Amino acid sequence: MASKTKGNWWIWKVFWILLFITTFEVALGIIKPSFLIDTIFLGTKLLNHVFIVLTVIKAAYIILQFMHLGHEKKSLKWTILLPALVLVPYLLFIILSEGAYAYLML
Amino acid sequence: MDEALIKDHKPAWKGGDLPYKASYGKLMMWFFLITDTLTFSAFLASYGFSRFKYQDSWPIAEDVFTHFPFLHGDHPLLFVALMTFILIMSSVTMVLAVNYGHKMEKNKVILWLSLTIVGGAIFLGSQAWEWSHFIHGLDGVPATLISNPYGMPLFADYFFFITGFHGFHVFSGVVILIILLINVIKGTYEKRGHYEMVEKVGLYWHFVDLVWVFVFTFFYLV
Repeated sequence: MASKTKGNWWIWKVFWILLFITTFEVALGIIKPSFLIDTIFLGTKLLNHVFIVLTVIKAAYIILQFMHLGHEKKSLKWTILLPALVLVPYLLFIILSEGAYAYLML
Repeated sequence: MDEALIKDHKPAWKGGDLPYKASYGKLMMWFFLITDTLTFSAFLASYGFSRFKYQDSWPIAEDVFTHFPFLHGDHPLLFVALMTFILIMSSVTMVLAVNYGHKMEKNKVILWLSLTIVGGAIFLGSQAWEWSHFIHGLDGVPATLISNPYGMPLFADYFFFITGFHGFHVFSGVVILIILLINVIKGTYEKRGHYEMVEKVGLYWHFVDLVWVFVFTFFYLV
């Protein structure tokens, strides 16, 4: 309900942030700085880690601002966020490490 | 003792307590979105599994999707970047519609909802273009569920399945938005006294944008 008193400027602020991050990602994807390509960290290129961090930042802006979750009650916020924050990294850890194993062994 | 119990818990036992301070409809939309989040996570995680397993023959999306309408030559990432921009833009128009809904400004809700529908339709068209280009294939060899001129056929399966599932979400979103727009024009929410339905559909629409942000990263960038 806070948006009743607020204007529209915050919407455009989030828009410019999302646009800037996306443009930055595309530029990185086209230029491919050799430093980020050649450095391997946790089994993948450093560039991929940069992409993942930027994606999570974009996701946070969409969820907390556009979907208004940042302004909901604390109990609701954690009810929504915790299942994803716990289950998704767990799933990725199991399945991606199995994928690497399958590459080496099968 | 009994008195304290009655005094402290009276509202709760009589109902009307709102632990989440959100309406039933909004809560259920959120719960649906959690299940959908886990579905898409499983899709992208299994894509990751296959990519790790077949890393020697896995096609790089940048080498596959290099075309741009009306332009010749190779333009990797440009077209998906445009699609991402269109979806972000339609998310912005959706928030604006929700915002004007809170202020009960019917005409502005109609304006921004219509623009959101246009954005969704353009995105669907772009996806159809991308699909037809991919299916057209390379040197006369089409990309289908069982053949892929760019490398591992499994890549084509994941591409059709994940972007298809997302595209179907966008399509459903556009249909729901059209129904919503008709109701706004008819004055249904004006009579009801609030525009919460716009907010609920807005949650779904932002979720579709959110999924695309992840598909964009894990299918095209990484």
